[in-house]
Amino acid sequence: MKRAGEMNRIIYAVITWYILGTLLPASAREIREEFPVPPPPFTEGIFPCSGCHASMEVNQKKRELKDEHTNIKLHHAETMRWCLDCHNPANRDKLRLYNGELIDFNKSYMLCGECHGNVFRDWKAGIHGKRHGYFAGGKRTYLLCVHCHDSHSPRPKPIKPEPPPYTPKDKRNAR
Amino acid sequence: MQDKPYTRREFIRHLSLAALTGLSIPLLSSCGKEQVEDFLQKHFLEMTRQEKEALITRLEERYLKKYGRRFKVSTQEAIPDTLWGYGLDLSRCIGCRRCVYACVEENNSSRRNPQSQWIRVIRLKKGSLINLEDSEHYYNPEQVPEKGFLYIPVQCQHCEEPPCVKVCPVHATWKEPDGLVVVDYNWCIGCRYCIAACPYRGRTFNWAEPSVPSDKWNTSVHYLGNRPRMRNIVDKCTFCIQRVRMGRYPACVEVCPTGSRKFGNLLDPQSEIRYVIENKRTFRLKEDLRTEPKFYYFFEA
Amino acid sequence: MQAFRETVRETWRFYRKTLALVFTGTKEYYLWCLLLLCIMLIGFLCYLPQFQTGLITTNMKDQVVWGLYISNFTFLVGVAAAAVLLVVPAYIYQFGPIKEIVVLGELFAASSIMMALLFVMADLGRVDRFWHMFPGIGTMNFPSSLLAWDVIVLNIYLMLNLVIPVYLLVKTYYGKEPNKKFIVPLILFSIPMAVGIHTVTAFLYNGLPARPFWNASILAPRFLASAFCSGPAIIIIAFQILREYTFIKLEDRALFKIAELMAYAMFLNLFFLMSEMFKEYYSNTIYIASLKYLYEGLHGHNALVPWIWVGTLMNLIAFILFLFPVARERLSTLNIGCILIIAGVWIEKGPGLVIPGFVPDPLGEIYEYIPNFRELFISFGIWATGFLIFTLLMKVAIPIASGEFSHAKYMEERPPSGSKKQALL
Repeated sequence: MKRAGEMNRIIYAVITWYILGTLLPASAREIREEFPVPPPPFTEGIFPCSGCHASMEVNQKKRELKDEHTNIKLHHAETMRWCLDCHNPANRDKLRLYNGELIDFNKSYMLCGECHGNVFRDWKAGIHGKRHGYFAGGKRTYLLCVHCHDSHSPRPKPIKPEPPPYTPKDKRNAR
Repeated sequence: MQDKPYTRREFIRHLSLAALTGLSIPLLSSCGKEQVEDFLQKHFLEMTRQEKEALITRLEERYLKKYGRRFKVSTQEAIPDTLWGYGLDLSRCIGCRRCVYACVEENNSSRRNPQSQWIRVIRLKKGSLINLEDSEHYYNPEQVPEKGFLYIPVQCQHCEEPPCVKVCPVHATWKEPDGLVVVDYNWCIGCRYCIAACPYRGRTFNWAEPSVPSDKWNTSVHYLGNRPRMRNIVDKCTFCIQRVRMGRYPACVEVCPTGSRKFGNLLDPQSEIRYVIENKRTFRLKEDLRTEPKFYYFFEA
Repeated sequence: MQAFRETVRETWRFYRKTLALVFTGTKEYYLWCLLLLCIMLIGFLCYLPQFQTGLITTNMKDQVVWGLYISNFTFLVGVAAAAVLLVVPAYIYQFGPIKEIVVLGELFAASSIMMALLFVMADLGRVDRFWHMFPGIGTMNFPSSLLAWDVIVLNIYLMLNLVIPVYLLVKTYYGKEPNKKFIVPLILFSIPMAVGIHTVTAFLYNGLPARPFWNASILAPRFLASAFCSGPAIIIIAFQILREYTFIKLEDRALFKIAELMAYAMFLNLFFLMSEMFKEYYSNTIYIASLKYLYEGLHGHNALVPWIWVGTLMNLIAFILFLFPVARERLSTLNIGCILIIAGVWIEKGPGLVIPGFVPDPLGEIYEYIPNFRELFISFGIWATGFLIFTLLMKVAIPIASGEFSHAKYMEERPPSGSKKQALL
């Protein structure tokens, strides 16, 4: 009988440690929510980037690009970062997070959220940025950051306003 | 001399009878079936379901005849357990007025003679928020936003204690169970007391028959919302009642290019508007008047 | 049954005789009625496009939604309330000279109320939906909406001011004593009603926190004070004109007593104005904007400034004229004073009250409202209607009151009864 009791204790211990072993590390990792977003607004033909970059050498030197991508003017913390701090040098089809993790372009909000934590929190709650479609019944739609902000020069440009209303004395307001 | 007063009296009598007949014939003949039905229509809240359905059929027929488009008039009632609230991020509004014109398009407002806009964007110098006397309504720069200014769009605030509802002499405007303040356009007598009572200029008056280009009509309408209106009655923003009761965002929320507008159900703790109220510094316009508006302005940056 | 048929026949006879009275008169009478009818016709023709096309034919906009019509309405409700200044001396204090003219004064109040109601109907967007206001068949928002209150009290006051004089006149016509138990409570009731109609009209404006210019507690007292100057002023002028053309017994003493009461009312009016100005200018909050617009001009907009200063000056001069008996009890200065008061109070209570309430509007915009000619002609038309109603009422009431038109006289003059038709005449 004593041997059976000891056996049980060992089995319980193993099971407990196994469960703890799987759960604890899991709680340390952040629960990744999924946000249904439309595809990123790539320029025509530019993706997949590895189409060109797979056969090119990786030049890690911080410089102004002269041969390609000359239309991109970096205006986004350019004194501290440059292209290859966000774009993964080895595989250009992915973006690079701080911890080295690689993400797809359709999850680029995770990259933006690393610096812009407050805005990221608001975006996840659905109150940052444009809202459209349905707000109830699980049909809520999200947009990627890049759908509104140019990631290389994110500040929104000034736009031309729509015309002011007719003044009360305007002839178009009378008959 | 006995005859003379008699003749004069006869003359006046005949003249007045002729005048009366002459005036009444055109008046009576212009009273077609349509006018009689309109004249006898009951208050919307007093109608039974059948009467409402008959009314909708009549209206849809009339719109088809008058505007040549097939309208779909809804009388969708309030969804239970909803209280609609609105949020506006003043740090992000750039005063582009896209919301104003989206609203005009969505809600079949008159484009000219007269122009009717339910949303008004005012421009204030930075540093001032309460005193609206120095506001500029007709700013028209090349580009917005302009440096040193902030923009505040104002529309009906859908107050919980609406002064307009209090003063309407005929109950033509009331607060629906989901918090929307609506107008029954067929009941309004056009006295404009509600416009005098509104502290936010939320209500506008249709000074003449609205003029909408025939191809610009939005045919999905709600009886209390964006259906084609008639002259000499009051209308106002309804938080796009035809959209929100189907779960869609109001037109102004959707069109805003900077995402300054937020909308949701105040009774739902998970809604966007509740998040805004709980996490941002919100305020409401003219809170000292205790109208309890459901339009929350806030600043982010 | 016999008595009832007799009453009906008598009423019908009375009515036909009054019609005869109304349609016969001097040349001046015809010209006056014709002039009024022409003005009414022009006003009606100007109203038709407003009814057809919409209120866009006026100069009112979303920023200033009430204009000339409501200005006139406010002024006329005040004028109607002023009949109380005749009723109180006549029936409470039994002041003889005024007792002669009190019935005519009440008919004057009735005409004034009818004018006021016409102005409201001209201002309504959908007059065809007016039945929505009636309790029972419509949905009257009572007691929440002060417009509903206004409709009720104005109509009650109108009924009072028609029933009381008509009852008294008919009794005088038949040479019978009025039933004091019936008429005296009605007369006494009309005194608080007179105060009531103007208080309700004042509260209509007062209860709107959206318009700080009107949201002052002093508005109702100001209304009453200015009403008790302007109404009697019109009565004084009108009755002197009547004295010229008819046989009413109007002693100068009556006019001077009314003028004395007006002096007190004008003093209060000016005192209340001073209180308003002190409060706004000394506290100097943002809510001074409307008063500033009225008296100084705001951001370059100053269309009303000359009007209000002229009006206030007229009130001041009139007050001084009425204060001193030497000026008050001389007909020439009395009449000048009355005309000054009518104009001054009209400016102060009409455009000087309604328009600054909307300037600046709740979002700070300024729109200077000036009525266009259509609104002016419609207003003239309604004033002409009121004058015509008053003229016709006086045409019947004065002969009855002076005893010239009475049943006894009719019975004397009646030709020997022949055919039934003759008897009905």
